[in-house]
Amino acid sequence: MNLSRTARAMLWAALAGGLAVVYVPLLIVLLNSFNADRTFGWPPPGFTLRWWEAAWNSTGVREALWTSIQAALGATAIALVLGTMVAFALQRHSFFGRDAVSLLIILPIALPGIVTGIALNNAFRAVLEPFGLGLGMFTVIVGHATFCVVTVYNNVLARLRRTGSSLEEASADLGADVFTTFRLVTFPMIRSALLAGGLLAFALSFDEIIVTTFTAGAGVKTLPLWIFENLFRPNQAPVVNVVAAALIVLSVVPIYLAQRLSGGEAGPR
Amino acid sequence: MSDPAVRLSGLRKSFGAVHAVTGVDLDIADGEFFAMLGPSGSGKTTVLRMIAGFETPTSGTVELGGADVTRLAPFERDVNTVFQDYALFPHMNVLDNVEYGLRVKRVPRAERHERALAALASVRLEGYGGRRPGQLSGGQRQRVALARALVNRPRVLLLDEPLGALDLKLREEMQVELKSIQREVGITFLFVTHDQEEALTMSDRVAVFNEGRVEQVGTPAEIYERPSTAFVAGFVGTSNLISGEAAQAVLGKEGTFSVRPEKLRVAGLGESVDGAEHSATGTVSEVVYAGPATRFVVELDAGGRLIALQQNLQVSSMDVMSLRGTRVRLVWHRRHEFAIVS
Ligand SMILES: Nc1ncnc2c1ncn2[C@@H]1O[C@H](COP(=O)(O)OP(=O)(O)O)[C@@H](O)[C@H]1O
Ligand SMILES: [Mg+2]
Repeated sequence: MNLSRTARAMLWAALAGGLAVVYVPLLIVLLNSFNADRTFGWPPPGFTLRWWEAAWNSTGVREALWTSIQAALGATAIALVLGTMVAFALQRHSFFGRDAVSLLIILPIALPGIVTGIALNNAFRAVLEPFGLGLGMFTVIVGHATFCVVTVYNNVLARLRRTGSSLEEASADLGADVFTTFRLVTFPMIRSALLAGGLLAFALSFDEIIVTTFTAGAGVKTLPLWIFENLFRPNQAPVVNVVAAALIVLSVVPIYLAQRLSGGEAGPR
Repeated sequence: MSDPAVRLSGLRKSFGAVHAVTGVDLDIADGEFFAMLGPSGSGKTTVLRMIAGFETPTSGTVELGGADVTRLAPFERDVNTVFQDYALFPHMNVLDNVEYGLRVKRVPRAERHERALAALASVRLEGYGGRRPGQLSGGQRQRVALARALVNRPRVLLLDEPLGALDLKLREEMQVELKSIQREVGITFLFVTHDQEEALTMSDRVAVFNEGRVEQVGTPAEIYERPSTAFVAGFVGTSNLISGEAAQAVLGKEGTFSVRPEKLRVAGLGESVDGAEHSATGTVSEVVYAGPATRFVVELDAGGRLIALQQNLQVSSMDVMSLRGTRVRLVWHRRHEFAIVS
């Protein structure tokens, strides 16, 4: 495409401006986590690891981190199993209403979190309370799984579309039963898609707050919930900042890995 | 006589409203090189997939060596397939690909290694075992697919347009190679192609498919020289039909008749014709010089047109081109004209 010099300059400016709006604040959070001034004076009078140490030693932070990891692992596990099964069902079999089912699977990621949250909250209370069960870790995991399934489903579906079913037919033709075919052919073909989908699911769950708020009950405190709770306590501000900085890093890494996995490896070889 | 390697009886397959295969009966003998020839969409692949077990027939049966396998899964059948797109496992190297069938049948490691290497050697791919399929050319992949199937020593090898993705020169080489491999291993080859020349040059027998049915089964010579239907006459070689009033006028018979172009002799109007021959007069409307031979299109006085193919034994392009527009007599021996079922 031929663009005039000014048009090109404007596009670059727009790109730089857009990226700046997103990433400058994140950079400030990271820098402030080392800011020696408790009230984030700018420019920082000096740098310190004090806040990182305080955060590391805070039992509240540690417990919240562990809770978040458990929730994310649980939601990811459910997403891997369900997402893969649904992707296979929809890709390898055609049946009445297939497109509708596909839409229903993808929808949760577009629904406002607050709607999902309220709906799940009502549903859990209606179903679990008669059994004397309350909201807790289990309900958080199920709540997160509703939107984590999508990432696994999408990744596996794309992979299945690309590889087709002829490799599985070749395997059966050579004498492998269904289980052996899955183990030796299908699973190796979708392995990196599963990893990519799983990492994305983990990252989605790890920083989720709205659905968590409605499904967590009193005893469960994930890291985002802990941040929200301590955000407005002045003496906790530096530690909150550290936790936020850590969350940035922890979310970026899986996303980066997931993108490499789903982009690179599976291309034509 | 022993049971045929493959017997198809009343085989039909419909996909919803699409009737892909509409009644196929075939016997294929042990050790035969058998081609299924037909235009795209005539149901060849579907028949092959029913033999391999990937599709369940709507009705009819598939027998292998006398045993009914219609309801068996693909991995329970003693056949192997060379897929049109080869379907090599991209995450395994060439040797692992070739060993796959033996591995899932729990053949001991040392033996399967030895057999896989021998199979690779038989398709002239020694030393390629460590490569990934992605590092091979189309022709090499084709041969890996062949080795991967042959190493299992199946009763029948199914090949779905195995040479379709290769360029012309490689295809001709592989035709010769496939034929010699088949002779060596003595396995029944069931070969699908839409290329009539390929079918005629390679096969012991050919089944010509049209719209989900078999139009004719026979040796290449029978199919070519004595096509039994207008479809076969047109699909295999050049259609050269004399029908209706022209048949009455020229042959003195009712019906539709076929004569192959190379059986026609282009002669002067005054040429004398003996009792064993038929002839027809007409005007040359087109002359196509093609190196070793020349093709004449002749509009018959009695109606219709015939194409005659003449070897350029004595003549040059100058000579033949000047024949356009002249009146000629086409002469052929009676035993080269055949009645066609319409
Ligand atoms: N899985 C399928 N679903 C629907 N129609 C099919 C399927 N497989 C084949 N067909 C149809 O059956 C007919 C025969 O196909 P095929 O056996 O592939 O022909 P060929 O191999 O001779 O080209 C075609 O009209 C094709 O569109
Ligand atoms: Mg086909």
